[in-house]
Amino acid sequence: MATKASQSAARLMMAPAVVLLLGWMLVPLITTLYFSFADFRPLRGVFEPWIGFDNYERFVSSSSFWDAVTTTLVMVGAILAITVTLGVLLALLLDKPMFGQGVVRILVIAPFFVMPTVSALVWKNMMMDPVNGVLSHVWRFFGATPHDWLVETPLLSIILIVSWQWLPFATLILLTAVQSLDGEQLEAAEMDGAPPLKRFWFIILPHLARAITIVTLIQTIFLLSIFAEIFVTTQGSFGTRTLTYLVYQRVLESQNVGLGSAGGIIAVILANIVAIFLMRIVGKNLDA
Amino acid sequence: MARAASTGAKIGWSALAWAIGLLIFFPILWTILTSFKTEAEAIASPPSLFAFDWTLENYGVVQERSNYVRFLWNSVIIAGGSTLLGIVIAVPAAWAMAFQPTKRTKDILLWMLSTKMLPAVGVLYPIYLICIQLGVLDSKAALVFILMLINLPIIVWMLYTYFREIPGEILEAARMDGASLRSEILYVLTPMAVPGIASTILLNFILAWNEAFWTLNLTAVNAAPLTAFIASYSSPEGLFFAKLSAASTMAIAPILILGWFSQKQLVRGLTFGAVK
Repeated sequence: MATKASQSAARLMMAPAVVLLLGWMLVPLITTLYFSFADFRPLRGVFEPWIGFDNYERFVSSSSFWDAVTTTLVMVGAILAITVTLGVLLALLLDKPMFGQGVVRILVIAPFFVMPTVSALVWKNMMMDPVNGVLSHVWRFFGATPHDWLVETPLLSIILIVSWQWLPFATLILLTAVQSLDGEQLEAAEMDGAPPLKRFWFIILPHLARAITIVTLIQTIFLLSIFAEIFVTTQGSFGTRTLTYLVYQRVLESQNVGLGSAGGIIAVILANIVAIFLMRIVGKNLDA
Repeated sequence: MARAASTGAKIGWSALAWAIGLLIFFPILWTILTSFKTEAEAIASPPSLFAFDWTLENYGVVQERSNYVRFLWNSVIIAGGSTLLGIVIAVPAAWAMAFQPTKRTKDILLWMLSTKMLPAVGVLYPIYLICIQLGVLDSKAALVFILMLINLPIIVWMLYTYFREIPGEILEAARMDGASLRSEILYVLTPMAVPGIASTILLNFILAWNEAFWTLNLTAVNAAPLTAFIASYSSPEGLFFAKLSAASTMAIAPILILGWFSQKQLVRGLTFGAVK
């Protein structure tokens, strides 16, 4: 069906998107790669184009790198555990017959549409403030001493804030998967006397496995580059400095571009490891 | 008997779901309520949920002190501009891939997706430097262009999945009847594609509105959108809880409303068609 003429027309139609994305990917990435082998500190006027792998060695051997990697892993891992677990439970709950289902769903989804700087500031000031935060009022109501969240448990606080933002995403996708569950199979299991927990474990969870994998991978990609939430709460202090934030500080705050670029390349490599798995799943789905 | 039990169950599930829904929504609700309080009432202990003198003065103060409307305008231009530019570039590409697929179509789609996974921080300095060189640091034009590039893969993907659902037979029939490529696109394809394009615009407008890496790093005064405006509230100065709430409410209200319309597109757009 596709003639030669229509094929070249198709190519022409794709060209702008392909060229732009190719440029967007290659130009900055190659520049970063180039800087990562240079001693480049613009504020001091230092530019030595080739110092080999020095930046990589310094970046990887500094203790702040390993701290950042640990922080990143803990943060992303905890947020994934919270959002996926609660997301599955919430999806199952929202699938039940109830009054005002549409409204409840809107309430649950709302946090996803709040811009990151707003949700971080709202949690910092309205919820977690040691004097005026709602949580402090609740603590006082029960006769406890209010907890200074962002000072005493900064990492946990950020994990909570970001989990609140991403729980709607996990819930919505898992709900879509739950709704495609075969009701007859569940009924049959129920008739055969399988208790709820067994039904969950042997029928529902395997059915959700694919959706859970996709949620995990997509969230990991986005969570690896959490920025605004740290920027407006702790500025990366008190053990909340992720790899992304560390690179940002090296590049823009202290303007050690060479060192930061080496960190940037490492971040790109780490993100790509996750991306490969996601692409495989998406790719398989394209064939079907 | 069975029916009575299921009604009871329904009430039970409803109560539980509403309680959890309100709990999740509470920070937003609390912010909206606080924005109508005076600063004195905003720090009252214990705070009151509804029983306070409602006032609109915070909204006036926020506008007066920081010219909120200018940031709002920047957000509209940046989110709207990047989305429309992205659509103009993506529609032909997605159309070609959906209706003239070749062996490489799948590879191109996956490659486009992979550019979305590039961590922004890895290319921060080169982009920063290019903006300085071109003299477009802190300009709306630069952000329109960059956010367009960031969301282009999602736009292409969403349009592609929508276009693929348009039956190819209709196009063939149009061709048999001698329709030219132009009239094929104009009279056959476009009417069927409009809902998909509208959903794509909606979701990507939301994503661009909330983008908070490039907007924070590449703007200072002139081009700062609402994300950056709100971030300027991160260091508290005196009594500011009610004003922070008013500013936050204004920044999220338009998107909350748009967002409620885009629930379905959210799943489709952000899972790249892997979950429908």
